[in-house]
Amino acid sequence: MSSNKKYWKSEAELNPNDSIVETLRQNEFTQDIPVDEFLGDKETLAATSTNRRDFLKYVGFSTAAASLAACEGPVIKSIPYVVKPDHIIPGVANFYATTIADGYDFASVLVKTREGRPIKIENNVDAKVAGTANARVNASVLTMYDSTRLQGPSFNGEPVDWSDVDGAVKSKLNSLKGSAKKITLLTQTYASPSTSRLIAEFKEVYGNVDHVIYDAISEDAALTAFEAKYGERALADYDFEKAELIVSFGADFLGDWQGGGYDSGYSKGRVPKNGKMSRHVQFEANMSLSGANADKRVPLTPAQQKVALAYFYGKLSGASVGSGNLPESAKIALDAVAAQVKKNKVNSVVISGIEDVNAQAVVLAINEMLGSKAFDPSAPKYIRQGNKAALNALIANMKSGKVGALLMDGVNPAYTLPNAGEFVEALQNVDLTLAFSTNVTDTSEAVQYVGASNHYLESWGDVQIKKGYYSLMQPTIKQLFDTRQFQTALLNWMDKDVSYYDYIRETWNNGILAGGDWNQALHDGVFVAGNGAVADEVVGENSEEEQVGSVSISSALSSLSSATADGMELTLYPKIGMGDGQQAGNPWLQEFPDPLTRVSWDNYVTVSKADAASLGLVNDHSADGGLNGSYVTLTVDGATLEGVPVIIQPGQAPGSIGLAFGYGKTVGMKSEMQTGVNAYVLYKNLSNTQNVSIEKTSGMHQFASVQLHRTLMGRGDIIKETTLEIFNTKDAKEWNAKPVVSLDHQEVPATSVDLWDSFDRSIGHHFNLSIDLNACTGCGACVIACHAENNVPVVGKAEVRKSRDMHWLRIDRYYSSEDTFAADITKKEEFDGLFGDNGSLGGFGELEDPAANPQVVFQPVMCQHCNHAPCETVCPVAATSHGRQGQNHMAYNRCVGTRYCANNCPYKVRRFNWFLYSDNDEFDYHMNNDLGKMVINPDVTVRSRGVMEKCSMCIQKTQKTILDAKRDGREVKDGEFQTACSAACGNGAMVFGDINDKESKVAELKESDRMYHLLEYIGTRPNVFYHTKVRNTEEA
Amino acid sequence: MKKVPYRNLISKVLGVSLIGLLLISNSLVAQEAAEASSGSADAAKGRQLFNQDCAACHSLTRKMTGPPLAGVGEKYDRDWLYKWIRNSSALIKAGDPHAVKIYNEYNQAAMTPFPMLSDADIDNILAYTDAPPAEPAAGAATATAGGDAGAGAGSGISNEVVLGGLIAILGLLVLMLVLVNTTLRRIAEASGVSLEKEKAKKRLPLWKAFAKNQFLVLVFTIVLLLAGAYHAYGWMMQLGVDQGYAPIQPIHYSHKIHAGDNEIECKYCHSSARVSKSAGIPSLNLCMNCHESIYEYTGGPDGPSQEDLANGYTNEFYTGEIKKLYEAVGWDEENQRYTGETKPVEWVRVHNLPDFAYFNHSQHVSVAGVECQTCHGPVEEMEIMEQHAPLTMGWCIDCHRQTDVKVEGNAYYEKIHAELSEKYGVEKLTAAQMGGLECGKCHY
Repeated sequence: MSSNKKYWKSEAELNPNDSIVETLRQNEFTQDIPVDEFLGDKETLAATSTNRRDFLKYVGFSTAAASLAACEGPVIKSIPYVVKPDHIIPGVANFYATTIADGYDFASVLVKTREGRPIKIENNVDAKVAGTANARVNASVLTMYDSTRLQGPSFNGEPVDWSDVDGAVKSKLNSLKGSAKKITLLTQTYASPSTSRLIAEFKEVYGNVDHVIYDAISEDAALTAFEAKYGERALADYDFEKAELIVSFGADFLGDWQGGGYDSGYSKGRVPKNGKMSRHVQFEANMSLSGANADKRVPLTPAQQKVALAYFYGKLSGASVGSGNLPESAKIALDAVAAQVKKNKVNSVVISGIEDVNAQAVVLAINEMLGSKAFDPSAPKYIRQGNKAALNALIANMKSGKVGALLMDGVNPAYTLPNAGEFVEALQNVDLTLAFSTNVTDTSEAVQYVGASNHYLESWGDVQIKKGYYSLMQPTIKQLFDTRQFQTALLNWMDKDVSYYDYIRETWNNGILAGGDWNQALHDGVFVAGNGAVADEVVGENSEEEQVGSVSISSALSSLSSATADGMELTLYPKIGMGDGQQAGNPWLQEFPDPLTRVSWDNYVTVSKADAASLGLVNDHSADGGLNGSYVTLTVDGATLEGVPVIIQPGQAPGSIGLAFGYGKTVGMKSEMQTGVNAYVLYKNLSNTQNVSIEKTSGMHQFASVQLHRTLMGRGDIIKETTLEIFNTKDAKEWNAKPVVSLDHQEVPATSVDLWDSFDRSIGHHFNLSIDLNACTGCGACVIACHAENNVPVVGKAEVRKSRDMHWLRIDRYYSSEDTFAADITKKEEFDGLFGDNGSLGGFGELEDPAANPQVVFQPVMCQHCNHAPCETVCPVAATSHGRQGQNHMAYNRCVGTRYCANNCPYKVRRFNWFLYSDNDEFDYHMNNDLGKMVINPDVTVRSRGVMEKCSMCIQKTQKTILDAKRDGREVKDGEFQTACSAACGNGAMVFGDINDKESKVAELKESDRMYHLLEYIGTRPNVFYHTKVRNTEEA
Repeated sequence: MKKVPYRNLISKVLGVSLIGLLLISNSLVAQEAAEASSGSADAAKGRQLFNQDCAACHSLTRKMTGPPLAGVGEKYDRDWLYKWIRNSSALIKAGDPHAVKIYNEYNQAAMTPFPMLSDADIDNILAYTDAPPAEPAAGAATATAGGDAGAGAGSGISNEVVLGGLIAILGLLVLMLVLVNTTLRRIAEASGVSLEKEKAKKRLPLWKAFAKNQFLVLVFTIVLLLAGAYHAYGWMMQLGVDQGYAPIQPIHYSHKIHAGDNEIECKYCHSSARVSKSAGIPSLNLCMNCHESIYEYTGGPDGPSQEDLANGYTNEFYTGEIKKLYEAVGWDEENQRYTGETKPVEWVRVHNLPDFAYFNHSQHVSVAGVECQTCHGPVEEMEIMEQHAPLTMGWCIDCHRQTDVKVEGNAYYEKIHAELSEKYGVEKLTAAQMGGLECGKCHY
């Protein structure tokens, strides 16, 4: 039972003496409204030349001027097409299936376009592989409308014509033909059959061509281990839906591990069905999304993870492998997990994110040994192909002047390489350097020719994400600028007179389609080759290079089990909102709060509480509720990174720290977007774990964290969770108790007492949104989807820090520790002796430290659309009112901005427009330039200053669905109603629909005994409901 | 772009329209007379057939999709023409040299076969094309109409005359009174009667008396304030309401000619009104569906009215506007082809809903079956498009309260209508009862 568990949002809340927390518990705002600031102090007032009379004059004049100006409306021009394209009807959206393949994110998506402008990315539900868009993919549409994009090719910084570039490149390439100097292509991972064929032909034309593939965040170890075992440079695929037991050693597979995209399968297995759900055990250093979702999480430093993996293998295979310096608790956990895995071999799967060929080889061996159903090496994934050895060889060749031409596409080594300086210097020894890039980057600054590159929404392409599973990329808008995609340029330099589109069709007709229909494939965006029997020679073009000898398991084990570290260990990781940093100029992603730390606009080093204490690092909350953190200097093997802010992360393995990639970009970035520090500097030898020394420096960093903004105010039962055992054996009344209140000194169900008369909602539609806390991984795709759909403004770091963030949908993260009385007793009884990991000396200390390894719950919260909404009753102008269909309406034009509604909202979901966020010189985000405005959804009002806004339950979408049905003269089918968040949720955590349709899925979910409403006892009768989280915590 | 002034004085409009009415009736008579008197019966039928079947591609005097047809009957053998008109492609296939030559000359555009035309029909057409009867000249009609315009105008402005007369008479009466008064005074002076001036001196001036009476002042002030508030409210409520807004457009497009005279369906051009939230301004290629063959304006069924002429809306004026279209769409009239040089037309938007109000045309047009005229007014009578409705929220709401939802044959409404009408105990539901007054239905 868990209702008596203590939940907390920030580590500070555990400190009973924290005055800020106390203030926030009582008030919404920690500070008074700064009236003084507005009026100014007396001296300034006296000194000002504007006296009262002048003031009145100005007021009078401006009032008169305003009313005069209001008499004459502006003249609005309306310009129709000269020749209207047949498929475009103004006001009606078109959808196109395409694929993102930017070298980091690979996904099949649908693009919503209005009047020819792409405005939103949605999931391609027809795609069997990678059909869900994560937060970055959802945000990628805005990256296309980045006002800092390159608008044409240039040479040494001077704009030139494409013909100049073509001429220069062709003549250089021809002169290199047959010479000793190499032509090298340094590119991202394309996983594209057509591009592979094109590069092969390019090699034929020019002879001495090398193709080096480089992933900014390397998966080289996993690729090498897989290649050694299976003979192909690819990544094994996993289907976590089939796994009943998932054991992860440092693999953040719900994040970006091996290209990501595993969360939807995982979530399907996490919803208890017939009393069963999967169990997930995570051994990791940083608190990752996967660790946060795990049933059991064991914090281990990277070196300990290696030892643990070897020990685990030993336990499974029976080989004797030492447990090294593993803590006793970890050993116990490993023994238990190993026993469980042994019991249920085929339904278990083991994965690892340790960037070490030995570790990866051991993991592959374990899965082979288990015969895991979830493990699929026969149809591997091609979405990472970077080759560390080839890259190092290239840099060496460049230095020694053996490279005649270096043509780059989709990579930014001058920013992402740890030895970027060396690379840039080596560029000087290359006769011709060229980079294709969408933006000004460190690399584009360092080369001679810059080819302005297309965004993927302007390009043609094809991708083989997984063997036999093909996707097509098609342009959804004409190139905005004078840009070109790299493949078109290659075709041109080969003097081939075909477009890349024709080239792709040729590739597909001669091998992939095998009689299938091209137009159908293009329409669907995806194509699955029959029987998976496909010519795979086109993709694995690197496989002819040096074969990695098979890794001996015994030597791998001995090397793993002897892993040690001196001092602190650093784990570099990609944040779910920023990835490898390609889209760092995207304001949606910058303002996207990290699911775990809830910090936006920054990266930071995460430190465990124990280490922070010993290093003297602090996080404190300033008077305005903002979070501050100490600065540190990190040093890895001679490379130092200064001024890195610190976040104390509950659950961080002591002795380890974490730092996210993708920040600290300065070249070609707007000043607002130049956030954080560049972690790539510490990415020595492209290994994500490093020995690091950490040193405190002076000063405090100001974070824009949404963590402490709105506290629980003691309402801990906002989360309900239980364990699988209790869920299966006990009555729902026990683990999902309905709240009771006292009426006439009798305890009655809270829902039976009401101030208001209920409306009859049984007629027509009644919308409800179901959120399953078991299926939600906290990935945040819904947050960005909501931004895109509803024109939610970006407010910037300073405003977020003042708790003025505008997210309509937030994903609250609650930590909890087993500090219930019952759990403490159990723990105390299990103490064994005085010393040791299970000893009472340390054990009692642990009881006092709930932040060491907390459990985590993610809870998406948006407007709950209460049937008895507290906000509606306090609005003096009736700007917010209730609709029969269950939506709480917000008429912006009626709102006068009293903010009473926000104060009276028990869920704190209302957002106030403190400023005009569009067309305002003070804010330089997308709504303030013509290009960025193209992403605005024309069906949703752009709100003005001084009005309240909040989630509308995507009323524009429900209304459209209804209208479509009316026009067709039919009833609405289940599944047609969607909100932006429910459509974006690939995990099935959010289901939206009409509960008056008794056949609908949401109606069925509402009847589930896991269903509960937030703060049910206050009688708001919300139309959003949640499902109690069930943890599979059974041991053995 | 200037805003044209709102409608003129009602009286002026009344007067002018009266003239217009008279003119129209006159020209009608004139036209009928012209048609009856000139041309043979053959040619008249031929004209009808020509307009019906040929005019889409042929003109009498100009190259269009096909060659000009004036004098074509004399140029070719009659039998050959019969064959050609009934089935030109057969002739071309047969390798007839004339046929092949014409076919090649006109971009190998095959002529539609007309097998249903009899020899007599074709003769009639040829009779018309060889000697087209003079078009009823609009100029002549106006000339004759001008003659009796004066008489018509007489009755038209008679009100003003009457008024003028009345004013003159009143003025005369006032003058007479003054004269009588002075005469009487003189007589009084002469006869030594002293007028009572002292009394007048003692009496307070009217305004002082008024100022002293506090009750009167109070009542007056209240009335004044109320009246002021009433007018101020009225004035403020019309702010931002552009009823009657009729901006000057870059091309003088007459809805009167298109939707009125030629009865073109609204949704032919504004087709997206059926499926989209916006009714859409037609793209220029849609205009060219008709205007590829309609290259000049030859007058409406009644000819130009006096008002039109006064405004400069002559046939030449309209033809000039068609040329503007050609320039915008890049149509080379000479060679009957598109140049590819286009200049999109920057229309001035007439109906401007604020951004925070969502309106969907298809909901009203396709689902509810509301006539366009219900909101847009008698567009088919508008020479210059103007905003007919106030487009205020009150106006929307009123209609939603009064209008029944059209549910017949729409499966979407079946269940909800049955349940709701039972709940409200009504036979038919209004849009308001269906939820059409909820804020969130239009504001999001």
